[in-house]
Amino acid sequence: MSLLLFTLLIWVCSLAAGLLGSLTGLGGGLVIVPLLLIVFKVDIHYAAGASLISVIATSSGAAAAYVKEGFTNIRIGMFLEVATTLGALFGAYLVAKISPSAIAIIFGLVLLYSAYMSVRSRTSAPSSLPPDPLATRLRMNGVYPAIAGPTSYSICRVPLGFLICYFAGLISGLLGIGSGALKVLAMDQAMEIPFKVSTATSNFMIGVTAAASAGIYFQRGYIDPGLAMPVMLGVLFGSFMGARIMPGTPSRKLRIIFDGAILILALEMLFKGFTGKL
Amino acid sequence: MEQGQNRWTDERMDNIISLLLRTGVILSAAIVLIGGIMYLVQYHHLVPDYRVFRGEPTTLRHFGTILRGVGTFHSRSWMQLGLFVLVATPVARVAFSIFGFYKERDRTYVLLTLVVLSVLLFGLMER
Repeated sequence: MSLLLFTLLIWVCSLAAGLLGSLTGLGGGLVIVPLLLIVFKVDIHYAAGASLISVIATSSGAAAAYVKEGFTNIRIGMFLEVATTLGALFGAYLVAKISPSAIAIIFGLVLLYSAYMSVRSRTSAPSSLPPDPLATRLRMNGVYPAIAGPTSYSICRVPLGFLICYFAGLISGLLGIGSGALKVLAMDQAMEIPFKVSTATSNFMIGVTAAASAGIYFQRGYIDPGLAMPVMLGVLFGSFMGARIMPGTPSRKLRIIFDGAILILALEMLFKGFTGKL
Repeated sequence: MEQGQNRWTDERMDNIISLLLRTGVILSAAIVLIGGIMYLVQYHHLVPDYRVFRGEPTTLRHFGTILRGVGTFHSRSWMQLGLFVLVATPVARVAFSIFGFYKERDRTYVLLTLVVLSVLLFGLMER
């Protein structure tokens, strides 16, 4: 395959990944690594490097829109970024210490988990927990524009959320993904932040988290510009189109298609990891 | 106490952050695209092989040498410069937040943001 065809094919696939990722809210970065690995036979380190770059692009692009809408809680984001960036540094450092097979297995598990998080019901049970005094002291409680008008919310279990975010950062640095599903777990489940605020703030944090590992990725030579170029431009353009075509909640059918694709990629990654065919 | 027109609010900070992020992404995508076109024009006939990890040449790993490559219109250096601009975008956002929180006289968050910025700069530091 010539370089021109190879680049064009990767661009088209990345565009589709970005479009679907944006329409389903799962992010396009999640499928880039398995796609490059399985379909294009790219080494896992180069794949992670290109994916990390695309994650920064989509996160920053989408965050620009979300921040303006008033869903993003910048204080929560800033506080949790202490955890995610430290985790990301450690994760990026670990890439060279762990075998590619082990990375593929961890990747498969994260894909399975993300697909599960996506099908699970979104209505969180009403909280019985008291707001965390630490959240009050750190001025994290906020107001967001709900359908019924501005609604205030308070935050629980700050230390637990912080800990999960460290882990989310580590996974992001290790696999070159945004690990949005883990960040939403920390905010939506542990800290009981409203779902819309959780997803917007998680997306806001993804770019900074990924930037923390990018320096190490560059210096270790994981980022190949010829490969990252079509991936970044494709995912960015795809997610931009997604935001334009269908803002708001995605259709159920689309979500099932994307979840199905993720499930297949997860099994493929686990298989590759266990058989060592990398 | 606060004057209406100079009041520094979360909302104003949100708007500037939004603009900063958008500018960074567009600028980076434009540089990557220019480099990408040069790259494809020059090498479209080659056969790519990413099966084995060799690591990038050292000239594409560090900012200084990339800038030199940009000066000589080396296509891969141009794309890599665009990627550096992209990585710098969230870093600039964090740096700006320090200023924003300082204007809001929120000392705790100035400190927290400084910690995040230090971690980011540590990651980007040449080793």
